Amino acid sequence: MAQVFSPVSNTIAKVAMLGLVVGPLSTLVVGSAITRSPYNTNVGTPLAQPVPFSHEHHAVELGIDCRYCHNYVEKSPNPGLPSTQICMSCHSQIWTDSPLIAPIRRSYRDNQPVVWNRLNWLPRFVYFPHDIHIARGISCNNCHGPIQHMMITYKAKAFWMSFCLNCHRQPSKFLAPRKDVWKLYRDVQRYGYKKQVGEPGEPDYRPGLTAREYALAQGEYWENQGKDLVVGEQLKRDYHIHSVQLTNCSVCHH
Amino acid sequence: MSNSLPDSSGSNHLVDPAVAGMMEGEHTYESITEKLTSIVLRQDRHGLPWWIMIGIGFVLYNVLFSVILKLLFTGIGMFGNNEPVGWGWPIINFVWWIGIGHAGTLISAFLLLMRQNWRNAINRFAEAMTIFAVVCAGIYPLLHTGRPWCAYWLFPYPNILAMWPQWRSPLLWDVFAVSTYASVSVLFWFIGLIPDFASLRDRSENILAKKTFACLCLGWRGSAEHWRRYEVASLILAGISTPLVLSVHSIISFDFSVGIVPGWHTTISPPYFVAGAVYAGFAMVIMLAVPLRKWYHLEEYITQKHMDWMAKLMLTTGLIVFYGYLMELFYSYLSGDPYEIAMMHFRQFGPYGWAYWLLICCNGVTPQLLWIPRIRRSNSALFIISVVVSIGMWLERYVIVVVSLTRDYLPSSWGYFTNTMWDALMYLGTMGQFIFLFFMFVRVMPMINVFEMRELLHKFHHGHGAHTEDATHAVEAAE
Repeated sequence: MAQVFSPVSNTIAKVAMLGLVVGPLSTLVVGSAITRSPYNTNVGTPLAQPVPFSHEHHAVELGIDCRYCHNYVEKSPNPGLPSTQICMSCHSQIWTDSPLIAPIRRSYRDNQPVVWNRLNWLPRFVYFPHDIHIARGISCNNCHGPIQHMMITYKAKAFWMSFCLNCHRQPSKFLAPRKDVWKLYRDVQRYGYKKQVGEPGEPDYRPGLTAREYALAQGEYWENQGKDLVVGEQLKRDYHIHSVQLTNCSVCHH
Repeated sequence: MSNSLPDSSGSNHLVDPAVAGMMEGEHTYESITEKLTSIVLRQDRHGLPWWIMIGIGFVLYNVLFSVILKLLFTGIGMFGNNEPVGWGWPIINFVWWIGIGHAGTLISAFLLLMRQNWRNAINRFAEAMTIFAVVCAGIYPLLHTGRPWCAYWLFPYPNILAMWPQWRSPLLWDVFAVSTYASVSVLFWFIGLIPDFASLRDRSENILAKKTFACLCLGWRGSAEHWRRYEVASLILAGISTPLVLSVHSIISFDFSVGIVPGWHTTISPPYFVAGAVYAGFAMVIMLAVPLRKWYHLEEYITQKHMDWMAKLMLTTGLIVFYGYLMELFYSYLSGDPYEIAMMHFRQFGPYGWAYWLLICCNGVTPQLLWIPRIRRSNSALFIISVVVSIGMWLERYVIVVVSLTRDYLPSSWGYFTNTMWDALMYLGTMGQFIFLFFMFVRVMPMINVFEMRELLHKFHHGHGAHTEDATHAVEAAE
């Protein structure tokens, strides 16, 4: 009887068997890599806006408080996007002829809001209140990265559930006094990126950014350590935060 | 060479009683191979019955696809599942199908370890039945999750949700029980098919068929080393499969016992679920064997003795199941728990009483006919009893699921369950899927294990009895 296959089939068969193992595995690895990549998450990709608004210019160079524009952030789940009237409170006086802010003037004239392109979307079944997070001292930068330095705003973190759960499972590593939320930007303005040396009261103390502020201002991942962790644990007790409650599905999905 | 095989009366003293009656008629190694492989290689072996079954299967299979398509767009609200019966037909049908598979595993694994020669003629199509039944079963929990495209969340894998499966949920136990069962069954089935694929490769003339079988047989040449490895592999897989016969349906009974509902808590549940599964499975094997041996003239291979023994096993497991029903009654009244007693009372005399008594008739009373040898030897009677048993086993799950859920502790959450048209269509659809897959299997793969039948013939000649390591002799004799 003639042979069905030529001798090269032996190699093909062996490669195919190897492929049966390697194929599904590499598909899984590639699939999860794509899921986590900026291609899928859009992290770090600036989005074109009607007006090329610079947070760097307004928040750091001019020192305008976050709450001047995002004016509900402490009081409501929604931080609030600035209305045209808020923009015009300054821009009716300065840069009144700038072509860059023509859409703002047009919006003011026509009484039509500016359509900003939103960067951070959560799934519709997720409820995220800004107010409670600010009230518990979670800095804007914990989620929004180095927002005060963004020339054109981009998405800094992928809002995966693991990202949320990372804090909700160990809140004391992220809690801070409420005043620290805004102190961060004042300190950045005041000291730039100069780090604090020593502790207040020590002879060689020189003021600057604390390690926590330094990391957060640059949009780095930060977990409370040492003194900050002690504060975090104390705050967790003071606020009666129970991580079992915080990780209950219905806290965010209701 | 031609050999006259002695019949089951055992008048020939040379024949080992372990193989007596396992094959009838006159055979050579060549004629066995020719007869069994020609079913795959020649379309003319498949007459009108095959076309009718494939036709029915195809139509109903499409019904299944249509129902699933509608389900994906509308959600599971189209089924009768609602408060208080969140588990309706989908779980009933799931348990029914998965139970049916158990006879295949019992035949292929358990009887192999027990060195029962009579499994040789029926194991191949019984294993196929197992796999197709598991396929039908798997569809239900998958779709019942409501969002089947997220079903991979059930597996523990590193994910961006930082979530791990809920190990306290029976749904997860099912995932592991059923996926293990499916993969081991497929592997066992495929390993057993390899020597037969090699025979088909050697005998097929169509070049496409030849190449396909050549790929499937993984380069099998029938050397002694191949056979040794084959024997080791199949024994290992039989060893893995045998506990699965017991574990899979035990886990399914645990699905019920985690719900704090009257009627789901008796400790007899796991063994009686397993017995029920094997019971329903043998009913299905008989339902398949009766037409197959008639349409394909396989009476010489699947002999009357096979049918007789399968009927006896069905009777045995049926008695265990019936004992389970009686014990459930006994336990409820013995417990003195008012909720258990009320539920048992409701089961018998409530609005679903018809289902309970029909179940007792189908599963408890009807199989008692199998005590009569004349009925065990009548194919039509066996077929009808098997249909009745299958209906009974479906009703058993219906009674367990629906009755307990409609009457739990709070009268405010009592209710009445009615299924919808879609429940019924989906059930019919999975039957269509089963029929279609099974008859496609009959068309493209040898439904009776060719080399094991040759080995059996070898045992007839040499009186090796329960020697199972002698597959090599059979091959050598054929060459």
